[in-house]
Amino acid sequence: MAFLEVKNLHVEIEGKEILNGLTLSVEKGQVAAIMGPNGSGKSTLAYVLAGKSEYNVTEGDVLLNGESILEMAPDARAAKGVFLAFQYPVEVPGVATMTFLRTALNAQRKTRGENELSTPEFMKLVRDTAGHLGISQEMLRRAVNVGFSGGEKKRNEILQMAVLQPKLAVLDETDSGLDIDALKIVADGVNKLRSPDRSMVVITHYQRLLNYIVPDVVHVLAKGRVVKSGGKELALELEAKGYAQFQGEAA
Amino acid sequence: MNAEVRAIRTPAEQALNAAYAAARAKLPGKGAIADLREAAFQRFDAAGLPHRRIEEWKYTDLRALMREAKPLAEPAKAKGKVPALPGLTAGRIVIVNGRYEQAWSEFKPVAGVELSDVFAFAADQKNYRLGEIPGRDDIAVSLNTAFMTGGVALRVAKGVNIEKPIEIAHVFADGTAAAMYPRSVVVVEPGARVTFIESFNGPAGVDYQVNSALELVIGEGAHVDHVTIGSDGDKALRISSLGVKVGAKAIYNGFTYTAGGAVVRNQIFARFDGEGTQASIGGVTLLKGRQHVDNTLVINHAAGGCTSRERFRTVLDGESHGIFQGKIVVEPHAQKTDAKMASHALLLSDEAEADNKPELEIFADDVQCGHGATAGALDSALKFYLMSRGIPENEAEALLIQAFVGEAIEEIVHEGIREALLNAAAKWLQAREQ
Repeated sequence: MAFLEVKNLHVEIEGKEILNGLTLSVEKGQVAAIMGPNGSGKSTLAYVLAGKSEYNVTEGDVLLNGESILEMAPDARAAKGVFLAFQYPVEVPGVATMTFLRTALNAQRKTRGENELSTPEFMKLVRDTAGHLGISQEMLRRAVNVGFSGGEKKRNEILQMAVLQPKLAVLDETDSGLDIDALKIVADGVNKLRSPDRSMVVITHYQRLLNYIVPDVVHVLAKGRVVKSGGKELALELEAKGYAQFQGEAA
Repeated sequence: MNAEVRAIRTPAEQALNAAYAAARAKLPGKGAIADLREAAFQRFDAAGLPHRRIEEWKYTDLRALMREAKPLAEPAKAKGKVPALPGLTAGRIVIVNGRYEQAWSEFKPVAGVELSDVFAFAADQKNYRLGEIPGRDDIAVSLNTAFMTGGVALRVAKGVNIEKPIEIAHVFADGTAAAMYPRSVVVVEPGARVTFIESFNGPAGVDYQVNSALELVIGEGAHVDHVTIGSDGDKALRISSLGVKVGAKAIYNGFTYTAGGAVVRNQIFARFDGEGTQASIGGVTLLKGRQHVDNTLVINHAAGGCTSRERFRTVLDGESHGIFQGKIVVEPHAQKTDAKMASHALLLSDEAEADNKPELEIFADDVQCGHGATAGALDSALKFYLMSRGIPENEAEALLIQAFVGEAIEEIVHEGIREALLNAAAKWLQAREQ
């Protein structure tokens, strides 16, 4: 049984159908890339997995480790191990990054019936990870994402992922808005988190990111469903030929 | 024949008239003070209680909100205690039922600070002319002037730096409702620095009334941090007015925290008389149930080159009503004025109402002035972001409300007061969640 199973998922927002019978399996420890043109439903899939309430699931199911998560609130999903690295991380004025990380981690641990992490353990975990990602102590003291550059926001997402240690990480266009140096730092941070116990769904429009985060499988999304799956070489083929070949197929 | 049209007096207005007639001869202060009272009462008598057709009182219709005028409070019978901010203050001056009570106070003499009874202080007209403050003609201020029963005068001597805050605590201490009219004066001489707290407390379940006024005079180059903490009982009606004159190159940081009371109006009338003043006037209001709190400011840039920031935040739950009215006036010669005002209301309930009324009246042509006002619910995108990290909904909401309030409280310079108010706000939130 795959760790994540998306079965015949139909999703609407404001009466418009975005996902149209999407079926997808991601194995435990697998890194799956989802590629597709604009408007194909990539970000919708990410939000639906995380539990954003504006999206209306009309048909199908999403199973995590065999359990349906569609009825769960976003915080309950997070405690089950779902993590979404946002394409556009929001600024949270007045909430210090450290406070935010600690509140989130302890809330998840509490939900799972685990003890809260001690302050020294927590500080060490954050400091070590932040160091790798080039996140300064000063940034950790600042309010979450407030005044951060685009690259800093993306690095902060990876920091959160490293601290929260999810079982399923969904990375929504983590490469967008990054220059090549920032992209390498972010990809390096993600690669450090690759583990046989962690599945990843890497959503991207461009093949570039996949040079740095090399996927095990590539799925092509068009018009709200998976239209082709293959190995990492599929990404290169898309880069060369574009998405036009699939636009017609799904119609 | 007298053609003046005068609405029929409400029961509260009639009671105020009767109370003044009965108390006039007994109220403290002779000569100039008695004249001041009389003139102030005439202003009230001509206008009556302010109501919704009076622009400045549009949202706080006293005719409707103050159905009756309580009798004048008697002096406290027994010595009592006032809830304290532990370890924070150098001294506490306690004003009970509108009178300075030395026995309740804990105030050891501080070098450079002169404390006296307000009427003794003002008896010598050369010393200080009571009532010469911005906002003196406001009806609530006039009522205070007519009925003022006591208070203190604090004078901080030229150039001294008073490190620990001084608190002026107002308390209503009676089981039966009455009205109190405290009036105090704080004079900060040139170059001095002081932090002072005004607090308001009273019992729950008693519909007592407070009409307080504070005259604050800040000398050239002085630095004053002034925090007002309103923790009145749930049935109280309180109107507090501040008239502040700020001298050249002075710094004035005012902050008003209001969480208690049934109906509260905080009025600030400020005038910058000399160039180069820097003023920050802010506040946080936390409302639940059917509370009604109005923060009204009139900021007069009467001299050029002054900077002022007005920042207010209100959290509204239940069926509460929060009002912010801020008017910045820039006089013709007050060039290079830099004034920015912002009011933000966070609505936690569909039944709550927030009214923001920012106004700019600019008569100079080389100024930078602006205002902004918002009212809205918690941002659902922020809430989703927090929840997606595993933070449960109620905790995510509490964190966001606390952040909204905390950002404003962070403006307070004094660390101890800042911490005390952050804790008070956190307690308010915890009570809300239960």
